[in-house]
Amino acid sequence: MKPPPFEYVAASSAADAVEALRRYGDEAKILAGGQSLIPMLALRLARPSALVDINRCDDLEGLVESDGVLTVGALARQRDLERWAQSGSPLLSEALGWVAHAPIRNRGTVVGNLVHADPASELPALLLCLDGSVLARRKGAERVIPADKLYLAPLTTSLESDELATSARFRLPPEGAGWGFEEVARRHGDFALVGCAALLALDGARAVSHARLGFFGVGGTPVRSGPGEATLMGREPTPARIVEAAKAAAAALSPDGDLHASAGYRKKVAATLAERALTAAVARCGGVR
Amino acid sequence: MKRTVRVKVNGRDCEQVVDVRATLAEFLREDLDLTGTHVGCEHGVCGACTVLFDGLPVRACLMLAAQADGHEVTTIEGVASDGEALHPIQEAFAAKHGLQCGYCTPGIIMSVCAFLKEHPAPTEGEIREMLSGHLCRCTGYHFIVEAIAEAARALAAAGPRP
Repeated sequence: MKPPPFEYVAASSAADAVEALRRYGDEAKILAGGQSLIPMLALRLARPSALVDINRCDDLEGLVESDGVLTVGALARQRDLERWAQSGSPLLSEALGWVAHAPIRNRGTVVGNLVHADPASELPALLLCLDGSVLARRKGAERVIPADKLYLAPLTTSLESDELATSARFRLPPEGAGWGFEEVARRHGDFALVGCAALLALDGARAVSHARLGFFGVGGTPVRSGPGEATLMGREPTPARIVEAAKAAAAALSPDGDLHASAGYRKKVAATLAERALTAAVARCGGVR
Repeated sequence: MKRTVRVKVNGRDCEQVVDVRATLAEFLREDLDLTGTHVGCEHGVCGACTVLFDGLPVRACLMLAAQADGHEVTTIEGVASDGEALHPIQEAFAAKHGLQCGYCTPGIIMSVCAFLKEHPAPTEGEIREMLSGHLCRCTGYHFIVEAIAEAARALAAAGPRP
């Protein structure tokens, strides 16, 4: 057995899990899908004294769309979202195909992936682009953490140690919006070296009325590109303007270099992927979300 | 810390006291002697330990045995219905040389069992995407792809299975 010793707490409801978090404080870790936590235990990168298993908490299940907002419960697996997205959201569907492999997605949860906050992960960047948020519950209190306030550093979020992320919300793109998703990874299912998601909607005069451009794998947290979006808003997305926006977006990034790719290479790839994602988004404008 | 789990494995009910640190793979191999589930990397990358958990392929090294309490697990030992004859997927792997050393094979077969239910007539691209979750150091994958395509044809010809 590889993991360090821990106490195992089988929570039966969200309230039960929150109570356990209050009791153990930052000594506890929530076990949901376990597809990141169990390897971290096996490698002894994490040594929690207690694991609070939420897999028996029926009140954390579910995946509901209402008024253009998709609410994903803490126990919804990535595969559940993938199945829903096949008809509900081609952008999410495309992105999920890049998340590890089917046997991992069968267990891994959407919310767990979001709050694990791996900077090379696809879903946190989509939470940013889809104006998403995470609902956090502690004993006696609940708060909404918007995506742009969630990610602080690699593997670090603004969730407190006694808070349980009970669900995540994604605002689905406006009707007629086009999307693009691009990623470069060494092998299928590997973590991204660089990835990019784009969403664009056009008004009657073909000017951009809604723009979202997000990156992952380019620094400590997922990034939504202010400069890239500002270059496009209110203007016609001609090929020249897309190149301008992609360059502006990449110039504002400060990726890290590592043995897989240098910082300079990541920046170059980011500009290329942004151009491709935005071009695809323009081509898809007017279709279904 | 110990915990009692009740799990249905290959159709048989099992009750066992497990250490909470034990993975599902360790439980299957060491407590139940089902050593067909191979363990490669032990952190979810290689796919050798893939089993069916409530009918869906999962990594047995990325689950605690304690989490299997109340659930159903199918391993490579439970794939052929009577334990004597091979399952058509296994037959296809033998016929098409879809294995050499055989270390990765049980995990691949478990994934293929679920995959062919969802994709009864898969394209080569779909097969290769599914296989991306499994590492094989011997075959170069080509014969595995052919074996899966052959298995799909054989299952389709045999008609719907119970």
